[in-house]
Order: sequence, then C-alpha cells, then structure tokens
Amino acid sequence: MKSAVIVFPGSNRERDMLNALEMISGTRPAAVWHADSELPDVDLVVVPGGFSYGDYLRTGAIAARAHIMPAVAKAAERGVRVLGVCNGFQILCETGLLPGVLMRNADLKFVCREVMLETANADTDFTRKYAQGQVWRCPVAHGEGNYFADEATIERLEGEGRVGLRYAKGDNPNGSINDIAGILNERGNVFGMMPHPENMIEELNGCTDGRALFESVLEAVA
Amino acid sequence: MKARIKVTLKNGVLDPQGKAIQHALGALGFDGVEGVRQGKFIEVELAETDKAKAEAALDEMCRQLLANTVIENYAIELDEK
Repeated sequence: MKSAVIVFPGSNRERDMLNALEMISGTRPAAVWHADSELPDVDLVVVPGGFSYGDYLRTGAIAARAHIMPAVAKAAERGVRVLGVCNGFQILCETGLLPGVLMRNADLKFVCREVMLETANADTDFTRKYAQGQVWRCPVAHGEGNYFADEATIERLEGEGRVGLRYAKGDNPNGSINDIAGILNERGNVFGMMPHPENMIEELNGCTDGRALFESVLEAVA
Repeated sequence: MKARIKVTLKNGVLDPQGKAIQHALGALGFDGVEGVRQGKFIEVELAETDKAKAEAALDEMCRQLLANTVIENYAIELDEK
C-alpha cells in the first residue's frame, strides 16, 4: 500500500502516523507539505493530528483551505482512501469532505487519556479487521472533539451505517452527539476519527488495538 | 472600506464557553444573567470602493472561510467612510 501523510505548520502527529503506516504496510509513506499542489500516486492519504495553524479562527479552518487540499479532494473523488485523525478529522469536516463539525469539548477541557471505542460498523474499509461491536482501547488528545451536525445529517449518518466508531457506553470524552467518534463520507472512502489509532500500534504502547484500523485499509486496497 | 463581521453560533447550538462565562458572572455576584452566547468579531479592510461589490466579496469570504455555516451565522456591516 502506497500512502501519503499531509504535513501542515503545526501538525505534530505526522511522525507517529508515518511510522505506523510504514510498520503496517512495509512501505515508507510520502510526507507531503501543505504548500504542494500535487499528491503522489497513492492508495491512502492521511491528514494527521496536531494544531495546524495554531487552531486559528476554528480548528482545521485554515488548513482546509491550504494549497494541497484541492488535490486531496480530487483524490477522494477518484476513490482514493482518505483518513483524517484528530485535527485531520476537523480539517476534513472544514473542507466539506465529511459532514458536520467538531466543536469545543462539552466540559471545555482538553482531554488526553485512553478511551474505549466501539466498532459501530465493521463493514467499512477502515474497520473491517475489527469485529462488529468490538470494544477496543485507543488514546484521545483533543480540545475540540465534540461532533455536531444537524438532526437530518445525524439521521442520515446513522441510517446509512456511516458511524464507524463510537465511544463505548459511558466513555464519551467530549459530549459528541450519539457518542460519535468516527464517521464516513457517503461513498465510504473518506473516514474521520478523533482518537489516535497510530499511537496503539506497538507492544511498547502497551496495546496494539489500533493496528486493525490500518490493516483494514491495507486489506481494502489490496 | 472597512467591514465589521459578527460571527455567532446558531440558535440551538450548544455554547459551552457562553455557559462558562454565565457561571463566572454569577460567581462575581451579577444576578439575573439569563444567558450568554459568545461569538467572534472580525474587522476587514478592503481596497474596494464599490459598496455592492464589497458586500458580495465579504459574503463570499464569510461563506468560504470566516464562518462555518453548519453551526454559525454571520452578519456584515460596512463602514463606507
């Protein structure tokens, strides 16, 4: 699997993401600078976590208008898988590749801890290596992870199986509607999630529950 | 031309920051504060001298970047001096 990770000023999880992708796919991903306007030929584009542009205006708002983003949108249109993690999820919402928005955490606190996730739909390119309903460990680190969309959008997401991941019962760290932790676009090739699976990859992390997410994409594009 | 843009949360969108401000006002002894909503205020200086063109451009700026219309409303005020 060939992949690329987009790097913005203020990204800080791109190295973890590059390492995770290399470890699981066996191929070193390309790091693509935000000011570039073309993507290499890849199967997966990842928009990583961090604080792009210092979260100015709104989280992800400036990065969503960066030079490289039209190329990401075009790749998504061609069916290339696009994964946004944390700030990457916020950016994908701001570009309109995913519906809704990530608002300030309900309790206004930055939350940095491990949560339990539930695989709400295991029939997606990003979750197929998990069992339906599987509960797994994953860290979160964000101040704006409170997913919000209008009622009609939420109904559609739920009805179409586009909620891929939820925070397990009682473990919602940010007030997100319906405990939503990760959602898909209509076509199913763009996925955004707040938790950091790239930090649950190695035995050294104490847990490797995040691997299956990347292995899912690996299998999907094979 | 100078424009003043107010970006506010739509009705029904939870505003935890506004709530926190309301609580803090209560703690300071300001009774009867029934609600606080926090928004953004943005000033934009434009080279444009035509009012209609300026308004159209500002509207586009709001829709493309300054506001996220999923959760926010915006209001534009033009200072023609």
